[in-house]
Amino acid sequence: MKILTTRMEAHPTDSHTLERYLETDGYQAARKALTTMTPEAVHEEAKASSLRGRGGAGFPCGVKWGFLPPDTRPRYLVINGDESEPGTFKDRQLLERDPHQLIEGIIIAAYAIDVHDAYVYIRGEYPKPARRLERAIAEAYEAGYLGQNIFGSGFDLDVTLHLGAGAYICGEETALLNSLEGKRGEPRIKPPFPAIEGLYGKPTIVNNVETISNIPWIVANGGAAYAAIGPEGSSGTRLFSLSGHVRKPGNYEIVMGMTFREFIDEYGGGVREDREVKCFIPGGASAPWFTGDQLDIPITIDDVGNAGSMLGSGAIVVMDETTNVVEAAHSIVSFFAHESCGQCTPCREGTSWLEMVLARILRGEGRPVDLDLLLDVSDNIAPGLGWPPKMTTICPLGPSAVSPITSILRNFRSEVEAMIPAGVANG
Amino acid sequence: MTDWTTSPQVERILSAYPDKKSAVMPLLYVAMTEYGYLTDEAIQKVARLVGMTSVQVSSVATFYTMYKRQPVGTYLVSVCTSISCGLLGAKGVLDSIADEAGVPPGETDDAGQVSVEHVECIGACGGAPALQVNYELIEGVTPDQGRALVQWLRSATPPLINGDEMQALFGGQRSFDWGPPDPTGAVGPVPALEGLGSTGEAP
Ligand SMILES: Cc1cc2nc3c(=O)[nH]c(=O)nc-3n(C[C@H](O)[C@H](O)[C@H](O)COP(=O)(O)O)c2cc1C
Ligand code: SF4
Ligand code: FES
Repeated sequence: MKILTTRMEAHPTDSHTLERYLETDGYQAARKALTTMTPEAVHEEAKASSLRGRGGAGFPCGVKWGFLPPDTRPRYLVINGDESEPGTFKDRQLLERDPHQLIEGIIIAAYAIDVHDAYVYIRGEYPKPARRLERAIAEAYEAGYLGQNIFGSGFDLDVTLHLGAGAYICGEETALLNSLEGKRGEPRIKPPFPAIEGLYGKPTIVNNVETISNIPWIVANGGAAYAAIGPEGSSGTRLFSLSGHVRKPGNYEIVMGMTFREFIDEYGGGVREDREVKCFIPGGASAPWFTGDQLDIPITIDDVGNAGSMLGSGAIVVMDETTNVVEAAHSIVSFFAHESCGQCTPCREGTSWLEMVLARILRGEGRPVDLDLLLDVSDNIAPGLGWPPKMTTICPLGPSAVSPITSILRNFRSEVEAMIPAGVANG
Repeated sequence: MTDWTTSPQVERILSAYPDKKSAVMPLLYVAMTEYGYLTDEAIQKVARLVGMTSVQVSSVATFYTMYKRQPVGTYLVSVCTSISCGLLGAKGVLDSIADEAGVPPGETDDAGQVSVEHVECIGACGGAPALQVNYELIEGVTPDQGRALVQWLRSATPPLINGDEMQALFGGQRSFDWGPPDPTGAVGPVPALEGLGSTGEAP
């Protein structure tokens, strides 16, 4: 069962063109919505689908749309294509290979929530996906699917593509809105949430590229049909990015519910050189790691959450038995240290501390107290070191840097200890 | 030189948003295409266009890694060193590229031809280790191919950086099927987008 990648698989040479899109029922769902349904009815289908956001937080899409205050106009729709979480590359494929699917989703969503200006924010390092979308938007305008009086329905919509410029934090929705307003991409304190006070202070819905790419199918087939796919709480299909030590890395669209072991074996072709899985990240660099003993956890939002991690951005990174876990943790921690926007002291200073201590251990200059130091600093960023983390910071980036620390110290403590040279004083 | 600040493209960018301050990011790219990097003059002109002070524009520009306040080479080679690439040998790729270029990451060679930098995840983790030249992607690169890439940039001096061409010459495993060829390429160390006027087409 596939939804998002059907067209690109069947038509690998031209799935991104308007011509092919139209030949494969393209823009029929938007036509149906705008000419035969009320906005409320479209919103009802989104709610009935139980579609949960694919950007990381997993918030139910239809419920979020319902948070818009009824009377304030204008409202805005912003599509989050900032995709920068290490391990994640699914939105890139959706943008490059089926941009009209996203545009059709935007038209339907905008109609449902009475928006006439939508923005797509794509990270600056994605010029090719941005070009494909840029051309698709131009084609859609030319064909009358964007602009004024779409399908003769009286509904108007403009879509503007906005390119980021290298800052992971702009994926956080309020940072993204600041960036779009021409400011530094620093997260805002929530509440107010964007649905109440977003772009230019107006009610704004921010949704991920994959989330909105599901909308045409939902309107064409009905929300109930979507909700019927997969286990409760994780309905529909989902595009997972698989990388690391597997034979066949890639993006795979699956119905949730299979185990990580099945996914890695069936889709990823197993681990390279038939090695054992030492550990894996189930949902992007922010997520706490699972060990090889946890491969039989089912891939659902709730099962992964109950086991102390998250499906997050849908990126599964596999590390085999040869992996130096301190090196892996250092890579992730330096990512967050590099990407911290600097507004909150625990995040700004804590992430740099963690990076420095891990680097020292890697150089063979670690001290026995460094293990506790790592935990102390982590506790300062995310008090209690629980999951989901307690927040002392404006956004979850700071606490994300703690995930690799608790992961290695809970699961591989003796291995980290073994990297501390004997006879070193705690000076 | 004609005044770029009054071009139709700049007009179009300014009119795309309800508040022209929102145009600051695309206009910074246009200015980089114009000057090669963000000179003081570039910052001042963008500031005037969007109704901000130079200090404000500068503060925005320094927030984002892709806005360069220093000259960069004709070819900006950005090597990903994040987790998925790191697991598959990104460090070796970065080292061999820096060695061949003769500059440490973060610097540009004396001829102003090649800049090398290490960057965080570029969304090509399934094709690790991955890198970009002027933001056009190559996936599945070995240290030797990285070296050969630098030699090629210096000897062939391609006027246009095209991802498909580089992938065929120096790439390997990809994150996913790229689909049909994309003849578009980058004409400088700025992302190649039609709306920014920074694209070129292969002959
Ligand atoms: C540090 C950080 C980075 C994020 N990066 C992204 C991103 O690149 N893409 C994305 O869609 N959501 C990202 N998110 C989540 C967004 O804040 C937001 O929840 C999401 O775009 C909402 O869309 P959805 O409900 O469709 O998932 C990020 C969140 C945080 C805290
Ligand atoms: S937690 Fe870090 S990234 Fe998030 S707002 Fe605070 S300093 Fe910025
Ligand atoms: S980790 Fe290198 S491209 Fe994602």
